[in-house]
Amino acid sequence: MIAEIGNFALILGLVLALVQAIVPWWGLKRNNPLLLQVTRRVAIAQFGFIFFSFLILTYLFVTSDFSVANVFQNSHTTKPLMYKIAGVWSNHEGSMLLWVLILALFGAILARPGSKMPEGLRIRALGIQGLIGFAFILFLVFTSNPFDRIFPTPLDGLGLNPLLQDPGLVFHPPFLYLGYVGLSTAFSLAAAGLLEGKIDRIWAGHVRPWVLSAWCFLTFGIALGSWWAYHELGWGGWWFWDPVENASFMPWLFATALFHSLRVVEKREALKTWTSLLAILAFSFSLIGTFLVRSGILTSVHAFAVDPTRGVFLLVLLTLAIGGALALFGYRAPKLKPLGSFSPISREGGIMINNLVIVSACLTVFLGTFYPLFIDALTGNKISVGAPYFNITFLPIMIPALVILGIAIALPWKRGNLKDVLYGLRYAFISALVIGTIVAWFFWTESLVAIFGVILAAWIAGATLTDLANRIRLEGPVKEVLARAIRLPKAFLGMAIAHFGVAVIVVAITGASFWRVETIGMMDIGDTLQAGDLTIKLDKAFLAREENYEKLQGEFTIWKGSEVVTTLTAQKRFYPVRGIETTEAGIKSTFWGDYYLTLGPRAKDGKLAVHFFRNPLVPWLWFGAILLVIGGGVTLIGGHRPARSGSEDETS
Amino acid sequence: MKRLGFYMPIALFAGIVVYLAIGLTLDPNKLPSMLIDKPVPEFALPAIEGFDQGLSSSDLKGKASLVNIWGSWCVACIIEHPLLMELAKNNTITIYGIDWKDPPGAGAAWLLKEGNPYTLIGDDADGRVAIDFGVTGAPETFIADKDGRIRYKYIGPITPEVWNEIILPIVEELQR
Repeated sequence: MIAEIGNFALILGLVLALVQAIVPWWGLKRNNPLLLQVTRRVAIAQFGFIFFSFLILTYLFVTSDFSVANVFQNSHTTKPLMYKIAGVWSNHEGSMLLWVLILALFGAILARPGSKMPEGLRIRALGIQGLIGFAFILFLVFTSNPFDRIFPTPLDGLGLNPLLQDPGLVFHPPFLYLGYVGLSTAFSLAAAGLLEGKIDRIWAGHVRPWVLSAWCFLTFGIALGSWWAYHELGWGGWWFWDPVENASFMPWLFATALFHSLRVVEKREALKTWTSLLAILAFSFSLIGTFLVRSGILTSVHAFAVDPTRGVFLLVLLTLAIGGALALFGYRAPKLKPLGSFSPISREGGIMINNLVIVSACLTVFLGTFYPLFIDALTGNKISVGAPYFNITFLPIMIPALVILGIAIALPWKRGNLKDVLYGLRYAFISALVIGTIVAWFFWTESLVAIFGVILAAWIAGATLTDLANRIRLEGPVKEVLARAIRLPKAFLGMAIAHFGVAVIVVAITGASFWRVETIGMMDIGDTLQAGDLTIKLDKAFLAREENYEKLQGEFTIWKGSEVVTTLTAQKRFYPVRGIETTEAGIKSTFWGDYYLTLGPRAKDGKLAVHFFRNPLVPWLWFGAILLVIGGGVTLIGGHRPARSGSEDETS
Repeated sequence: MKRLGFYMPIALFAGIVVYLAIGLTLDPNKLPSMLIDKPVPEFALPAIEGFDQGLSSSDLKGKASLVNIWGSWCVACIIEHPLLMELAKNNTITIYGIDWKDPPGAGAAWLLKEGNPYTLIGDDADGRVAIDFGVTGAPETFIADKDGRIRYKYIGPITPEVWNEIILPIVEELQR
């Protein structure tokens, strides 16, 4: 009965989404404020019903109602409560429900009372948002209904894939979806802006917070996913260029380019066409990513069960949404007139180049991800594109963007003098070279790329700090300097934090890729293993039973000479319900890097296979990602107000 | 003419949609039909570092076997590995391994850690043999009959369900 109520709430949500997709256009045509009022209310009510439906699915999972097929397939009575709840979004149907829930949430926030957004823009965006919502709820109800029953009711469920039973993965999908789906607002606002013919600084000011918040969520979601892969897969790596990882990375790149160019529209009323195209593309790539993961078109570790009707439905939906928006772009964009012009040597110029670089880098990822599909469709040959392709194409393309970043933040708007700016950055440049030399001297590796990575990171950090110092003006009494530092505009502070985060991430990637030490061996209790200047000793190994798995545990001490560096505990877990084994890496994080150890199976003679990594700077990666999120958050919360509009724009 | 430029994005997108639509009709897990029931491509692979014997196409003759494409870099291989170990332990079927695009030593180190279910392993460091096999990614498993003909190909990790529902019936048929 309860499942039927959930289903009913979902169908009510579907009907309301349809109302939200139709009424606004009618209201605008008739110029009827009542109908506009209805649109806003309906958007909020739609969210209410879908939220209710989501709560019911959660309730079904928590109470282990195995008469519902979805619960049966993805839950089990012996599962800890946290993973029963996470089970809701660990499968295709439930995660699609989460997807539409978040879509409705953003619609409701867009419709909230007291919004300062111009009414014409808001109502049109709500209508488009309703259209997207209607299509996706339709998809959910007819091809992937999470409330479908099975009969007879099984006694127990099949369990959640133990690989997914990790705190990192409990929160990974919600954040990822907040990011993916958050970009739908930018899409709707871009389409609304094009329909209205108003892509201007007011428009940009209203779109930017949406993009920025979606970007923060997406950054956090991707970082969580990477953190999960690092801790749970036990492979010592944190990014695998898997199609599904790429599917989340491409919208992230577009969103990154988008909020930079939105700044140009807001400040200078230039790059309007380009920005509206980016806003459409960012969400389009979210949709393509969704299609990629859920249609079974590419094989991936992450792929959900394959169902041909779903694939066709999603493709039609995607074609209508993206095709519609791009057709609108083709028709309306030529009418947009840029007001501001700028020289190539200017902040806008820098942002434009960075935008182009990021978008080209994104296209290489797109090509690599879809190339196997294109080749298959053209010739019937099956080929694969692996991490090496991405490493040799994506990384070099990104380098100019990172070099220019340091210069662009120092350039003034409209027109700048490159000579002056470079002269102003001389200390950043010199210290980057000095740091590179020091690192090369003390930690020589064969690869010059490694040293270049360090210099690049130091350059970005140095340029960011120089810019910060110039803004604060380091002169006069300390007290006044501090006072000036506190009064810095939050938008500027946020930007500096995020760019510093980029530097941290660059150095972390360099360190973790080029200075890694690893070793493998068979060990008995009391045996030692050598890795660089470290000695690994196996102290204890035993079998034990836990709530829903059995484990083989090994306890190790890491020595450096005669000193104990750390102790590590690693496990191999066996989950009897699904017959799956997982690896729990023993990880000790220190400021300079991780000690990372995984267990293999026990050999016949009782020896334990041990894989040890010294992963330098990996914690910096998580720290850098957090800096990005904080930077975005500070800019967002710190009172970045949309540009003041003339009173004629405020029709509400 | 200039206005047409604004329709470029949608033109490109239309092209992509065509490919996606064709892609939907293709099953990424399906073998290109030309290889089914044909003899395996001729090959002779050297041993991986730390092993004495390699793998060649003549080794596949005599009895039905699985040819498993894997690599130490392959994340999904770890999922099917316990099952392969189980099959090897119970002598259910002979499993040959092709270590695909691995640096020297990496494959052996991986097997030391995870256990070795393979009767023989060939080292396909440059991926040439995998191309002849039409490998799309690892893990990938071919079922060969006693004459060394390919009878089935499965893409992706062999889970217990895949084993019981798809592969075991074919293997039983071949071993009869």
